[in-house]
Amino acid sequence: MSAMTKSSSQIIATSGREVSDFHGGIHPAEMKKQSSETPISIVGVPPKLVLPLQQHIGQACKVLVEVGQQVKKGQLLAEADGYISVGLHAPSSGRIESIDEQVVAHPSGQSDLCITIATDGQDEWCELETCEEYLSLDAETIRAKVRAAGIAGMGGAGFPSDVKITPPKSANITTLILNAAECEPYITADDRLMRERADQVIAGLNLLNKVLGPKECLIGIEDNKPEAIQALQSAIANTDTADCEIELCVAPTKYPSGGEKQLIKILTGKEVPSGKIPADIGVVCHNVGTVVAMYRAVRFGEPLISRITTLTGEQIGKRGNVEVLLGTPISWLLSEYDYKPHKYERLIMGGPMMGFNLTDSDVPVVKTTNCILAPDHKEMPLPEPAQACIRCGLCAEACPAELLPQQLYWFARGQEYEKAEHHNLFDCIECGACSFVCPSSIPLVQYYRHAKGEIKQQRADQAKSDQARERFEARQARLEQEAAEKAAKRKARAEAAAKAQAEKKAKAVDAPAEKSSEVDAKKAAVAEALARAEAKKAEKAQAEAQQNPEELKDAWDKAQSKLDKMLDALESAKENNPENVEKLTRAVEKNQMRVNQAKQAWEKASKEADTLNFAEARVTIDQTSVDELQVAFEKAESKLAKMEDALANAQPEQVEKLTRAVDKNKVRVDQAKQAWEDAKTALSAAQVAASDSDEKETVELPDLAELELALEKAESKLIKMEDALANAQPEQVEKLTRAVDKNKVRVEQARLALEDGKKLHADAKNEGAAVAAEEKPDIGALEVALEKAESKLMKMEDALANAQPEQVEKLTRAVNKNQQRVKVAQEELNSARAALEGN
Amino acid sequence: MALLTLTSPHAKGSNRTANLMRWVIAMTIPGLIAQTVFFGWGNLHNVLWCCLVAVVCEILILKVRKRPVMFYLNDYSAVVTAVLLGIALPPFAPWWVSLVATAFAIIFGKHLYGGMGYNPFNPAMIGYALVLVSFPVAMTTNWAVPQPLLDSPITIGATLDAIWGGTVMDGLSGATPLDVYKHEIAHSISDDVLENPIFGAGFSMGWEWVNVMFLLGGLVLLAKKIIPWQTPVGVLLGLALPSLLFGSDADQYTPLMIHLLSGATMLGAFFIATDPVSSCTTKQGRLIFGVGVGVFTYLIRVYGSYPDAFAFAVLLMNFAAPFIDVYTQPRTYGYSAAKRGAKAKEEA
Repeated sequence: MSAMTKSSSQIIATSGREVSDFHGGIHPAEMKKQSSETPISIVGVPPKLVLPLQQHIGQACKVLVEVGQQVKKGQLLAEADGYISVGLHAPSSGRIESIDEQVVAHPSGQSDLCITIATDGQDEWCELETCEEYLSLDAETIRAKVRAAGIAGMGGAGFPSDVKITPPKSANITTLILNAAECEPYITADDRLMRERADQVIAGLNLLNKVLGPKECLIGIEDNKPEAIQALQSAIANTDTADCEIELCVAPTKYPSGGEKQLIKILTGKEVPSGKIPADIGVVCHNVGTVVAMYRAVRFGEPLISRITTLTGEQIGKRGNVEVLLGTPISWLLSEYDYKPHKYERLIMGGPMMGFNLTDSDVPVVKTTNCILAPDHKEMPLPEPAQACIRCGLCAEACPAELLPQQLYWFARGQEYEKAEHHNLFDCIECGACSFVCPSSIPLVQYYRHAKGEIKQQRADQAKSDQARERFEARQARLEQEAAEKAAKRKARAEAAAKAQAEKKAKAVDAPAEKSSEVDAKKAAVAEALARAEAKKAEKAQAEAQQNPEELKDAWDKAQSKLDKMLDALESAKENNPENVEKLTRAVEKNQMRVNQAKQAWEKASKEADTLNFAEARVTIDQTSVDELQVAFEKAESKLAKMEDALANAQPEQVEKLTRAVDKNKVRVDQAKQAWEDAKTALSAAQVAASDSDEKETVELPDLAELELALEKAESKLIKMEDALANAQPEQVEKLTRAVDKNKVRVEQARLALEDGKKLHADAKNEGAAVAAEEKPDIGALEVALEKAESKLMKMEDALANAQPEQVEKLTRAVNKNQQRVKVAQEELNSARAALEGN
Repeated sequence: MALLTLTSPHAKGSNRTANLMRWVIAMTIPGLIAQTVFFGWGNLHNVLWCCLVAVVCEILILKVRKRPVMFYLNDYSAVVTAVLLGIALPPFAPWWVSLVATAFAIIFGKHLYGGMGYNPFNPAMIGYALVLVSFPVAMTTNWAVPQPLLDSPITIGATLDAIWGGTVMDGLSGATPLDVYKHEIAHSISDDVLENPIFGAGFSMGWEWVNVMFLLGGLVLLAKKIIPWQTPVGVLLGLALPSLLFGSDADQYTPLMIHLLSGATMLGAFFIATDPVSSCTTKQGRLIFGVGVGVFTYLIRVYGSYPDAFAFAVLLMNFAAPFIDVYTQPRTYGYSAAKRGAKAKEEA
């Protein structure tokens, strides 16, 4: 009675839970009836069993037996190698025939190491350790028993089950989920297992509850399996040993609800964060077959040696589910079930959505073989040729991972793997929903597989090259350190020797002590001496020719060029003759100092000369020399611009050289500018001086018309250039910007010049009223000009009103300009009138 | 034993591009019937004529590009372009206007960009915009006067005369309601403008039924999930909201219902802006795309020099579509937030 009441409350609990939905998903034809209506049959022992050592995720297992050895059913053939690995047991008794490479079930049809057993038909068990009171065992013992049974996830992935029931210490497991969704079309292995052995499923769940101690235990099942739901319900009702209430949650049928991440979302509403495992959010998920296998391992001591596999598809005569020994060759299995192969048909291991093609029908059944599907042309036609993607977005609507498959497809096709990764390519679970709905029949999943493979390859290559680089750099650093140590030692020795020599020499002669006897440094010493002599000369010159800055300049120039040469020598020495570097550096530094001294001397002298010879300067510095300086400055600037361009486009190895050249030239430009400006100030000073003296007539009034013309030209040029800049190619923008800026400066200068000129004119006018009277402005002419300008302006405004949109900007500019002209004309006229009236 | 090697998934749904295209074509039929009832045989003739031109152009260019002709012709995309052009062009548009629009749409708008799936712009609108800019007179004076306003129905002969002979009988053609309202309201008040018989008893005679029919066809496409809801809803919102907020004064601006039920509004919202190739591909992006099309349509209709503006609005948003897509990626399963923008910042 108590069991009855409990069971009824549990059934109510099952219907009470709200299931959530996951994004996307599809509804392919289920085709489950083909195989779900007959009971599980047992195929028996084939003459030969082929057992691949790698049927799971992780390390392949280690062989414990030898060729020729007799083995019993359930005997351990190979043991787990490492933590993420599982062992392998003999599915039947017999003799080890060979341990060698054979073709295994893999999409690429590759071979792998396999143990082959020639069965003896006795099917004789080895001794098994059963356990009646399995629920009273502690968690550690249960885990050990599961590990000893060689169980790996039987839903398809094949992850070692003992690892999954040993969650990391940091994880607090709150939810245990039984994945009974079996969402792939055609497959009914779990369905049949639940219908026929529901009590074992529930017993297995209770066992896992014992091990994991979750707060809730959920069964996720699709609503297309009513018989299985019924069977589970009554099994739950008949069990009263549960530590934790088992809730049966029925979700609407939708592919891929059986995907682990999707099922977790359906049952708990939570999502497994990208790159994490379910245990990180307190969830552990197990497949129905795996749970039964774990129960049998603990209760009866049976290792995993057989599984339920669905045999279905129109090419198979007797469709249904079969309990088959691991290692059974598929060709043998199919022949037992009336397989009538057509030519050029596919044989699929797994379901129609995620299963892979077998290239050879002799491959064996393994721990993850949940279905063997042999469809014919009618039920699964050949794929149509792919059309172009029309970006309809149906794939994005179907994607259970909420990716943008159409974008991923473009990126994968265009080999833009970085973008594909950014669009979360690695969150794709390859469920095939996108390919299923694609109206253009594009094999999308294949593109993603390829892209993932390429990216993984790239990462591996990158890691490899990183490692190589690190090794190389470490070696380089070691060599450099050794060289530095050697150099330091040598230097110390050389210094000691030099010191000794210097002391000796100081005693003998009253000569400079710095001279080094080192052979390596001879060149440097000579250079140093030369520079010294040069500098001395410069000093002398400075002393002698206080009045003669020209000479000082000369000296400075010479010193500078010497310095440049030395710098070059230093550069080449750096490359060819590392020992000389230090010496040369010292010499260069000294010379630099001397150059600076020479420069200072010259500057001082020239300043003094300026102040002293100010009066004469008026005579010597004339406009032409200023112009010349300006030309020089402009030339230097354009050279600099060219060089900067060259630098921008330079090969990496030339960059350093060019940078140096550019810097040098910048200095030259600055100098030229300085010189020009100096000359200008001198000239203006001279002009002021000239105007001070009563030589007013000599000051030529600038030609205003000419200045205006220049300004206008410069302005129109500037506008053109700005237009060009707006429409320019990106690579020309920088150049053009520079040109425009320069031109702006010119325009500004021209305007200033014009204003100056106007001012001068006005001054001249004010000063000489008589002259003004003589040059009376022609008011009539001015009036005509004003009228013309005004009528033009009106016309242009009309044109602007009727203009095509693309011409508006141009016209607006033109109108504005003309308005200004009218205004100027008006003002001129007014002032002329005023002047006339004043006179 | 010879086994086939194919990759998963092995199952395939029944969706096909040609199917989608056929549905789109079929759902234009109600609107086309309304056009024929109210504006005569012109649009029907244009649809057939454009289809012929489109198919010939498609065959020629596929031959030039050395592509399998039937494989591409069977996707019906050229026919969709032609049907949309035939519906959108004025009923009495001279034959060469339709020819230029269709040929340009197929050859330049589609194939020179790489053909089906690779065209950044809506081909039909490329063709339409070309003839609208190149032949403004032919494109504005050849709209038909609604038949109820005529003494006798427009005959097939008169239609052929207008299209092939270039002689439109007096009184058959006139300006569209959008055009009339826009220009009359500048120096008149709403009541006076609406006295013009082309506005009929409701909003604009004939046009309102044409729009309602395209709306119905579009709703069927929505129900069949052939077009996403975001684009048409976006377009109608983008058109209606500015009209309600800034243009509610009917004495100054074209009123909302004339915006919605006149011109190319419903055809554009459900059949043109929804072209998947040239519009956005994310859900959010499609909404933004639609709103953009609606707003640009409103702006050009109200402030621009063209009475209707769907072609320009769609082309303008076509420019922006790839950019919008980059910023509207959905949130992927297992991520707390969606990635935005093209740069891989948060990686690692």
